[in-house]
Amino acid sequence: MPTIIIPTPLRKFTNNIAKLQVNGGTIEESLQLLSTDFPEIKKHLFDDQGQIRTFVNIFVGDDDIRDLQNEKTILQNESFVSIVPAIAGGIVF
Amino acid sequence: MIEIDSFANKIIISDAINKYPEECCGFLFGTEEAGKAIVSDALPVFNSAKGDKKRRFEITSKDYMKAEHHAEKNNFSLLGIYHSHPDHPAIPSEHDRVAAQPFLSYLIISVLNGAETELRSWKLNDEYQFVKEKLITKDLINNKITQ
Repeated sequence: MPTIIIPTPLRKFTNNIAKLQVNGGTIEESLQLLSTDFPEIKKHLFDDQGQIRTFVNIFVGDDDIRDLQNEKTILQNESFVSIVPAIAGGIVF
Repeated sequence: MIEIDSFANKIIISDAINKYPEECCGFLFGTEEAGKAIVSDALPVFNSAKGDKKRRFEITSKDYMKAEHHAEKNNFSLLGIYHSHPDHPAIPSEHDRVAAQPFLSYLIISVLNGAETELRSWKLNDEYQFVKEKLITKDLINNKITQ
C-alpha cells in the first residue's frame, strides 16, 4: 500500500502518527480515505468545493503532483506521498 | 508558551539582521514539555518569494521537507516558523494568518534600520486567529532570562 507522510502541524489530527499506509489507487482516493479515518484532517486538505487546498502541496516521491496528473495521479504500492504545507507570509500580500 | 535558548536565538537574530532589508525565514526545532515549546535549534532557509522580498516571504516545498528531515534526524520536533518584518512591528499580517498552519509557533522579528528591536511569537487559536504567546529567551552563557 502507498505510504502517506503527515507533516508535523497535521499530526495532531492523526494521533501523532507520522507515516500511514492507505489503500488508495490515486492521490484523491488516498486523501479521501485518510480523511475518513481521521475526519479532523479533512478541512486542512480540502476546501469547501472539495478541491485540494491552495496552501497544501502534494508530492509523490520528489515529484509535485501538479507536474504529474494532479489528484488523479496513480499510486503504486511502494509510493511515498508527502503532504507539504505551503509556508508563506510577510508584511503584505 | 515558547522558550528560545541562546544558540537558537543567535541564529534567528543574525539571520534577520543579515537579510535586512529583506525578510528572512526559517524553522524552529526543539522539544515540547507540558504545553511549553522549548526551542534549541533554528534552520534559516532561502526566501523564495517572487517579487518584493522586503514585504513577503515564501519557503519552498523542498526546504519544508528538509526541515522535517532535520527534525527526524536530530530527534527534534518541528515547533514553528520564524520570519522578519523589516521596518515593521512584530505583528502578523493577514497574509501571515491565511497561510498559517495550526499548532506551529510563528515567531516574528521586527528589524528597524538594520537592528533587531523586538521578538514576538504567535499561534493560531481554534477560530484561526493569531494569539500572542508568552515568549522567554534564555541566555544560557550569561544566565540571563528575558520575558
